[in-house]
Amino acid sequence: MTSHLLLMVVFALLVSTVFAVLLRDEPRDQLWTGARMFAAFVGVGLLLGWLMYPLPL
Amino acid sequence: MTIKSMTTKSTAATARTDSGALALLCLVAWAVPGAGHLWLGRRQKGVVFLAALLVMFVLGLWLEGRIFPLALSEPLVALAAIANFGVGVPWLLARMLDLGGGTVTAVTYEYGNCFLIVAGLLNFLVMLDAYDIATGRK
Repeated sequence: MTSHLLLMVVFALLVSTVFAVLLRDEPRDQLWTGARMFAAFVGVGLLLGWLMYPLPL
Repeated sequence: MTIKSMTTKSTAATARTDSGALALLCLVAWAVPGAGHLWLGRRQKGVVFLAALLVMFVLGLWLEGRIFPLALSEPLVALAAIANFGVGVPWLLARMLDLGGGTVTAVTYEYGNCFLIVAGLLNFLVMLDAYDIATGRK
């Protein structure tokens, strides 16, 4: 498993799950918060990736 | 002995018992991710924390991340070691079984470190949440 995208998605899924369950008590709220957080993690990750794309390394 | 002094002693004893129970709760919550919540009857939360944090830790080891030693001469390594320590018994088992040596040349090395470190830090948060629930703050 060396796909950077897949690893980032798995990481985002696990972290957003833990945070959603920590922050909310009702399963419905947990699901909604977790989904939004997961989308934000992945979206910001992709955005930053594309912003850094032209930078030489 | 007056009633007042008896009451004071009784309150002090209760406070001692409570702080002892809280310390035990924190120890259990640190040792096994989610165990504090399970103890407090928050079964759903406890099971999710147990599953998610164990998966993160095992993935970190599988991705050839490193469990850092507590080297105070290197502050960043020491901080990573404290974060690794946060996951509790899985950290202890990994140390005993000589896992988490880390392969610097592996393409997934940094990902592995990230999973291992974040699993420990999240378990610290989970432990604090259990403490807050037990003290009635949540």
